[in-house]
Amino acid sequence: MANINIDAPGTSQLFMGNEAIARGALEAGIGFAAAYPGTPSSEILGSLASVAKETGIYAEWSVNEKVAMEAAAGASFAGIRALAAMKQNGINVVSDFLANLVMSGIGKGGLVLVSCDDPSAISSSNEQDTRPIAKWLDIPLVEPGDFQEAKDMTKWLFDLSEEIGTLFMLRSVTRIAHARGNVVLGELPKKERRAYFDQIHDLKSVMPTTFMPVPSPLRHFFLHMKMDKARQKFEASRFNRYVGPDKADLLIVTCGSCWLYSQDAVKTLKLEDKVGILKLGTLWPLPEKFVESHLGKSQKVLFVEEIDPFLERSIMEFVASLPSTSPRPTFYGKRSGHINAYGELNPDLVIKAISNILGLTYQPRDAEYSDKAEAAAKSHVPERSMTFCAGCPHRATFWAIKNALKLDGRNGFVTGDIGCYSIALGPAGFFQVRTMHCMGGGAGVANGLGKLGQFGFNQPVLAVVGDSTFYHATIPALINGIYNQSDFILVILDNSATAMTGFQPHPGTGMTAMGEPTKVVSMEALCRSLGARVKVCDPFDLKHTTTTLLDMMAEGGGAKVAIMRRQCELVRGKKEKPPYKVQVDTEKCIGEACGCDRLCTRVFLCPALIWDKKAGKSKIDEVICTGCGVCTDICPQGAIIKEAA
Amino acid sequence: MTTKQLAKDPLNLIITGVGGQGNVMISLIIGNALVREGYSVTVGETYGASQRGGPVMSHVRISKETQYSPFIPDGCADIILGMEPVETLRMLGRYGNPNVLTIINPRPIYSIDVTGGQAEYPDLDKLVQTVKKLSAKTWVINATEEAQKMGSPMFANAILIGAVIGSGVLPLDKKSVEPVLCETFPKEIKTNIEAFNQGMRLIKQLR
Repeated sequence: MANINIDAPGTSQLFMGNEAIARGALEAGIGFAAAYPGTPSSEILGSLASVAKETGIYAEWSVNEKVAMEAAAGASFAGIRALAAMKQNGINVVSDFLANLVMSGIGKGGLVLVSCDDPSAISSSNEQDTRPIAKWLDIPLVEPGDFQEAKDMTKWLFDLSEEIGTLFMLRSVTRIAHARGNVVLGELPKKERRAYFDQIHDLKSVMPTTFMPVPSPLRHFFLHMKMDKARQKFEASRFNRYVGPDKADLLIVTCGSCWLYSQDAVKTLKLEDKVGILKLGTLWPLPEKFVESHLGKSQKVLFVEEIDPFLERSIMEFVASLPSTSPRPTFYGKRSGHINAYGELNPDLVIKAISNILGLTYQPRDAEYSDKAEAAAKSHVPERSMTFCAGCPHRATFWAIKNALKLDGRNGFVTGDIGCYSIALGPAGFFQVRTMHCMGGGAGVANGLGKLGQFGFNQPVLAVVGDSTFYHATIPALINGIYNQSDFILVILDNSATAMTGFQPHPGTGMTAMGEPTKVVSMEALCRSLGARVKVCDPFDLKHTTTTLLDMMAEGGGAKVAIMRRQCELVRGKKEKPPYKVQVDTEKCIGEACGCDRLCTRVFLCPALIWDKKAGKSKIDEVICTGCGVCTDICPQGAIIKEAA
Repeated sequence: MTTKQLAKDPLNLIITGVGGQGNVMISLIIGNALVREGYSVTVGETYGASQRGGPVMSHVRISKETQYSPFIPDGCADIILGMEPVETLRMLGRYGNPNVLTIINPRPIYSIDVTGGQAEYPDLDKLVQTVKKLSAKTWVINATEEAQKMGSPMFANAILIGAVIGSGVLPLDKKSVEPVLCETFPKEIKTNIEAFNQGMRLIKQLR
């Protein structure tokens, strides 16, 4: 991670979009930051936490997004500038609070919510678009079109938020959040911050300062006034601009990373003097006058945006309200099919859309070369399916689950959610997970399945959750299972980190975001206090794990908890040397002649176990093997051997 | 501040390999060195949901004029730095063109599709020949093998950075990269500098 606290105004740095947002918050004089880690947003809080002590700010990994937003609002109520950042889908967890916060208004400290979306769901379970949520909740919304804007906009939003008295939202997408580019730094403030919850609104008022959404119709009216003020600010924003000729053959309307794709596309096609680009940085409320002043630039308007037709619908709706004498261009975009309505965009897709509308042909490389290169890649490049890392405890856990379910013999199955362990939907986790939705969703689903006994249901149900997910969204589901006596086993995959998003600490780790030791919220003590039967296993002990799960499945009596405890290999591997040297005894491995049908390489699927075609035997790739030694217990010949390293 | 003209603007570099090899680290070191030399640089990373084992690519776009998008358009790569052989070919299939320059580390990393028997890993010699046919110039650098001699396969990253700088395809020299390398690996400065120098030597021997 880059050092976002570098005091070098005017210099250009290579910053990730997330680091640029964090730097913008620092330049704005933020005092409080809270987030739950998740792709593609994690580095915002991560980089703020890494400089928290030296800058005198407070930064925390909250237990979930709702608490993060509420905590940030608390800081705002006491006059401290605060930021809450969240991943793809995180805003759904907060929406209940937000619907009330927009009515109550914020405190004297500016308040900014950063929501990072993941078009194409590259590291997510879906590709939900946050922008309509801002519109739905009446939250003023901006979206940076590059890395510099990510910093500058964040800083600007704190001023706006204080001036207007409402929460502002910055939406970013993976290709800004997780990409890197030049950011010219500004000044860092050297102001002291003092927090005080001022309970006297003003001397004339008899009412104390109270943050509440009621009386609702009146508050709603005030909110609309704030949105109008935001619109006026947005009309004059430098983040909205037009680039191109006065009269264009085509006008592109775009925002976010699509601004970069649109510029690439126009440059690649050498159409700078024929195609104009109207780039919006402030998306909602729509800067109507600014948009109207550019709509006459062309008879043809193409909306280039990812996921939902947000600008497309907002602008078409606005145009419908204009007098009939106003320009009525032909609109192209998702509705017309020129821009895909799902999946992320890229320069090539924008080139294709422009070429379609203007009747151009585009060929980036020699046709003969193209055919040769594509054919070679198609015939020689094997697939690379997702897999657990070498030495991952989850592989061992799912191996034990697979065998326990088989031995139980009642067609039991696993419900799951999102995390590294979603890989168990596929071959690397032996296809064990059968449902996958939101964080904690598998435990909730298991609650329903576990109450179907009266309808003849007797299949064991195992709900898997990660350790961080347990604290985030699973505790109410577990309480429900105990209260309503639902038969399922909650399997907590405790690898002692929020592993998928970059090993952030959580309440079970005894460490805060700022690197301070803290109290451990023990998951087993918590579960036991709720009245659950709790077993703790080391998944690398396949035999004990399998028999424990089998025993628990045989018992009824409501929700039970099995904790699979083994540190994430990527964390362990950074601190320690491999515990074992693992090798295949080529005398003992009898290859295809063994009845196992290549259990180790074909089924267990550890990337370090490879098949030596020439020798017809298994082999360990020493570059990849982390020396966990679990595979030594699965070989029926005992041909995989481990020695203490 | 910018001293060198670019052979092309933007200059498009792809770094490709398998998750866990150090793709992001290489793009970060090269990107930081370029920004310090005054260039506009955009680095886009594509990696899947898993931490390790998936195909990964970094797109590095270098310009004297403007900030480009984090995606190199299809068929528009100028340089491909391949940390793994089939991943190098995967990139050539989509982003290659008759002028592309390729540096390849010929150490295969098998996917679970290969070990599981659903897919075949191609013959390595034929694979390297195909890469050569699809590139204007190809340098084969045994980075993993050399790194293992130095004590850990992770030094392959510094070797490959040395190779790409030694090839002269980027507007960077040893002087501009070394400080970034030292800041990135403060605990292993000596070996990483040795590895970097070894990469420069290896590619110069191939000229």
